[in-house]
Amino acid sequence: MSALVIDAVCRNFGGVQALTDVSFTVEPGERRLIIGPNGAGKTTLFNMLSGAFPVSSGRVTLFGREIANLPANERAELGLARTFQITNLFPNLTVTENLLLALQAKDATAFSMVRLMRANRGLFDRAQALLEKWGIADIADMKAREISYGQQRQVDLILAMACEPRVLLLDEPTAGLSAAEVVRVVGMIGGLPKDMTVLMIEHDMDVAFDLADRIAVLHQGRLIAEGTPDEIRGHPQVTEIYLGAD
Amino acid sequence: MKSTARLWRSPLVLVVLALVALALPYVLTPYYLGLVVKMLIFALFAMSLDLLIGYTGMASLGHAAYFGLSAYATGLLALKLGWNVWLALPAGMLASAVAASFFGLLALRTRGSYFLMITLALSQLMWGIAFGWRSLTGGDDGLPDVPRPRLGGGVSLADGVSFYFFVLLMVGLSSLILYRIVSSPFGYCLRGIRESETRMLALGYNVWRYKFAVFVLGGVFAGLAGALYVYYNRFVSPDYIHVARSAEVLLMVILGGAGTLLGPAVGAALIVALENVISAHTERWVMLLGFVYVIVALFAPNGLTGLIQSYRKRKAGP
Repeated sequence: MSALVIDAVCRNFGGVQALTDVSFTVEPGERRLIIGPNGAGKTTLFNMLSGAFPVSSGRVTLFGREIANLPANERAELGLARTFQITNLFPNLTVTENLLLALQAKDATAFSMVRLMRANRGLFDRAQALLEKWGIADIADMKAREISYGQQRQVDLILAMACEPRVLLLDEPTAGLSAAEVVRVVGMIGGLPKDMTVLMIEHDMDVAFDLADRIAVLHQGRLIAEGTPDEIRGHPQVTEIYLGAD
Repeated sequence: MKSTARLWRSPLVLVVLALVALALPYVLTPYYLGLVVKMLIFALFAMSLDLLIGYTGMASLGHAAYFGLSAYATGLLALKLGWNVWLALPAGMLASAVAASFFGLLALRTRGSYFLMITLALSQLMWGIAFGWRSLTGGDDGLPDVPRPRLGGGVSLADGVSFYFFVLLMVGLSSLILYRIVSSPFGYCLRGIRESETRMLALGYNVWRYKFAVFVLGGVFAGLAGALYVYYNRFVSPDYIHVARSAEVLLMVILGGAGTLLGPAVGAALIVALENVISAHTERWVMLLGFVYVIVALFAPNGLTGLIQSYRKRKAGP
């Protein structure tokens, strides 16, 4: 069964057709990169997949289950997680508290008003393990808004990964990072479990071609090419868009 | 912030506070004891609103609806049906819970300033009913002569001292419950919603469920405050529901510092004290309230607790 089937998805905002008839299929464990110039509809596509906005028309299937009409939180429950192009953390909470909220999302006790948060040792231990695993224990007690931009991008990524999703959507995880930070984040993504399906929007072509199993190219809301990195590299229309031949 | 939290939890401070609370009736004149009762009631009212504003990030400008509805329900049941406090007070809170559930269904479809406008509109609707339904509510004249609570079995809370202890017990218990709620997993989820609703949704939280629950909880505790206030004043009028009252309690929260329980309680005490001092000299109390609001917004946007925190931080150095 395919991890994600995107079938004829359209989205318009008022009169603007942001996505037109986009269809492609992602297999389990695949690293799928989505590239395209600014305004191509990449983030809109992610918003359709994660449920931030509804689709105007079309179907989206996650492991055989139709999700196009589910609210975002129910898609997350089914194993879909995402990061955000514009860093989206809990700015006035500490990094540890950010992780606790991510880890707690699937706990039945999250709604409990009677238990004490600090009594849930298991949750704190899991947060501590994540902090150490990703080497950010030194910023654990800092508020998310106080850490550097590069660190915020990493925490954003860690929050999504903490949910142990089956399908992970990464929206430009390396945008605005220094060269050293890019290496670090690419390493984090490269180290994801092999059975996790990853869709990733990326502007840095070296990063994209390095990580990708397959690449989808969007341009002006349409899917214009899809294939392995080698196929995309030689694709005339892609070259035209990126190099501008007219 | 951690050191303050620890300080407040230390047994010594709690013992001292308890002793002060027990000694107050024997130190203060009945007039000032009454003022303390009012402070306690408004502290509870402000804390209930802070659940919405400070913890969940939902700025309601109609919180007096639940305060006033419960005051009317409790007052009417005590006055017309002679219900004792153990029946009338929960009935008032229940009325607030029902109203908050219904209003929550409507208001929670919106966010931000739209949420503020719709809560304002809904509370003014309630005000209109209280004002217009003369046969039941007495209209503008209100309901006078609400009896002081009877505990049943011949125990009366008619005198100021026993009523003080009754209110102290109710507000104290409520504060403990509220403290427990904000320290629970649920309470942390509320903070998460305040900080980023979209992230909470992406993590898989059913955000609406949390917002609805806290909206009703806020209404219930505001209802308890309203019921206590009608017993305190022995009177209820449409003013209890009016937007001016909602704005006043909002100011208490902001002055004290939203997002902490202690802050709004302190803010409530300060405003009640200020109102008492100033209204002895001038009728332009509301105008002065406006000044306080402007000053807080300019110089202490995070309220008094925020001011203290930033002072501590500066003292501690970078």
